Amino acid sequence: MARGSRPLIFPKWPSVAAAALVLFLVLGTLLAVLWRAEGSLSLAAADLAAIRFTISQAIVSAVLSVGLAIPVARALARRQFRGRALFVTLLGAPFILPVIVAIIGLLAVFGRGGLVNAVTDALGLPSLQIYGFQGVVLAHVFFNLPLATRFLLQGWLSIPSERFRLAESLNAPVFRVLEWPMLRAVVPGALLAVFLICLTSFAVALTLGGGPRATTVELAIYQAIRFDFDLGKAAVLSIVQLTLCAAAVLAATTLAIPEGFGAGLDRSTPRWDGQTRAARIRDGLVITLAALFLLVPLAMIVLRGLPGLTSLPPSVWEAAIRSIAVALCATALTLLLAFALATQQGRALTLIGNLPLATSSLVVGTGLFVIVYGFVSPTRIALGVTVLLNAVMSLPFVLRILLPEIERVETDFGRLADSLRLTGWRRLRWLYLPRLRRPVGFAAGLSAALSMGDLGVIALFATDRQETLPLAMYRLMGAYRMEAAASAALVLVALSLLLFWVFDRGGRVDADA
Amino acid sequence: MLTLERIEIRQPSFRLDADFSVSTGLITALIGPSGAGKSSLLSIIGGFYTPASGRVLWNNSDISVLAPGARPCATLFQDNNLFPHLTVAANVGMALTTDMRLTPAQSEQVTAALSQVGLADMGRRKPATLSGGQQARAALARALLQDRPLVLLDEPFSALGPALKAEMLDLVRETLAAAGRTVLMVTHDPADALRIADEILFVADGTVTGPHPTRELLDDPPPALRTYLGAK
Repeated sequence: MARGSRPLIFPKWPSVAAAALVLFLVLGTLLAVLWRAEGSLSLAAADLAAIRFTISQAIVSAVLSVGLAIPVARALARRQFRGRALFVTLLGAPFILPVIVAIIGLLAVFGRGGLVNAVTDALGLPSLQIYGFQGVVLAHVFFNLPLATRFLLQGWLSIPSERFRLAESLNAPVFRVLEWPMLRAVVPGALLAVFLICLTSFAVALTLGGGPRATTVELAIYQAIRFDFDLGKAAVLSIVQLTLCAAAVLAATTLAIPEGFGAGLDRSTPRWDGQTRAARIRDGLVITLAALFLLVPLAMIVLRGLPGLTSLPPSVWEAAIRSIAVALCATALTLLLAFALATQQGRALTLIGNLPLATSSLVVGTGLFVIVYGFVSPTRIALGVTVLLNAVMSLPFVLRILLPEIERVETDFGRLADSLRLTGWRRLRWLYLPRLRRPVGFAAGLSAALSMGDLGVIALFATDRQETLPLAMYRLMGAYRMEAAASAALVLVALSLLLFWVFDRGGRVDADA
Repeated sequence: MLTLERIEIRQPSFRLDADFSVSTGLITALIGPSGAGKSSLLSIIGGFYTPASGRVLWNNSDISVLAPGARPCATLFQDNNLFPHLTVAANVGMALTTDMRLTPAQSEQVTAALSQVGLADMGRRKPATLSGGQQARAALARALLQDRPLVLLDEPFSALGPALKAEMLDLVRETLAAAGRTVLMVTHDPADALRIADEILFVADGTVTGPHPTRELLDDPPPALRTYLGAK
């Protein structure tokens, strides 16, 4: 039944202002970049190579992540074991794990002096090379295998237990009649989601890629600005990047993209198939391998980081404080924007809220650089720009968490609030905020952790005095101070998890049912 | 006087026409089979649902253009009548102001309303700690404090047991009706109407008939109502 329409409940200006800000950041900056490019929209051979590399690594990463996730999700769906719930929770961790931290862990395992090469050297085998295409793909699989596993696990758990019972009683092949149709529905969305993430990945390419053979478009934008100071080239590449993302997002609208952070994955469906000894061993092996692939790099961060923790240079701690401040400001801003947008309904606003998915912070950063260049020194506003960008980039995720919950509150209490004339700020203060504590806490935690670990646009502008913790880490790595970098990584991951925990917990404590 | 003037609800599988007036100060029951559109009529009056055509008038002025909060109606819904995160007193206080800052005089009004419905000393509790009957009383206290001449009851007591429901109906009569409010209540139970309603509107087969005086109508029901009530 139709409710009183929202424009009567909330004034229009906050949503208009928020929408204008997002539009300006995504499209306005693009116009600035276009203007700066001054018609010289041509691509050099190196640019074409970057485009090819960007697309090919994203395809390979997506196929590998989802392909490997199928056996893992299947094993998780039909096995019950101690620590299963913990493992499933852990699968959600890479989403808030700072990329640069994971890189440190991966280097410790797969890098030149890492565990794997120690073994291959001892056996006289050729050593593994982590830099370049394979390294970028490895890191992307590390991040996206868990995500894809969660997508697929959701698919498996959506098959009702009764169907398995029916298939069993008919002696029908479970894979053909139940699992294959489910996979056919879920896999395309999962592939596209991973593809999109890998398309815009910057920090991975920055640390493990580089050189003519392993440069993504994002990395090329960064290099054009940072090293060549060639804004025209950066502009052209920005447009290329935006076109790639927009094409992928458009493709995504025709597919249902599964939700990554759904609850309720900590159960398994009772099954009658796959109970043979061989199947059990196979599932156990798959889960063990997946756990090792995820946990060993994380353990290595702790092992390598702990010893140097006390001797970290003070600049790292200063960077840590800066990062916390940036994360808190970005979180506040993203919640403000999300609520402003959520107070009005409509397709246009949903579209605007999702717009940041189709862009990359480097593109927006380039645009802002073009706009402010000549007025103020970009380094002076580096942190402010980072706050703004982090807030906007996490907006789609925050909205995806909050919008359905706001709908629910409106369904339950909207009419009562309407009849009591609870409008505007009072509706927000006395209805939305108290009813939405859990999702707001979760969204804030997510947004703070994402912002805390972000290594993107800050790398474009910052000098030592604006360094955030991820950037400080990257610079330590660049200076081959790997032990200090590992300790900084430990600090960074601890702070990210702490921020997430504090917010998420804050939303749960005392929340009225 | 409340008037529904040539109201038409048009939905793919549902239609209802209503054209009636209800006198000020009376308790009027809307009875009829479920799905006949009783609650939809209350939603139209309350402003939560816009009909295909027709107007709602209160004392001859058109209120169909007003937002729900600006209409002269207080509504008790079937459920979710109290905000679970606010205390009972804060919920009731919303009748007076929505900024959560009650003047001492307003606080006294809240206390008085709470004791009037038998909830003295319950003001500081959260709704979840109250029984269903007590929650209904709290909602009633708020409706009492709301400065709205028209009170719409959308089966707020349907989840209560028979004795408790009768008690609440009596309380409606003793408080709301005694204060001169015009009460419209939805029910599917003729006993509810017999207990407190002055008049009955019968909603069935896409139309509304009445209002008729309660006892007269129930003593000698027309065929459609007779079918609904069942053979006695």
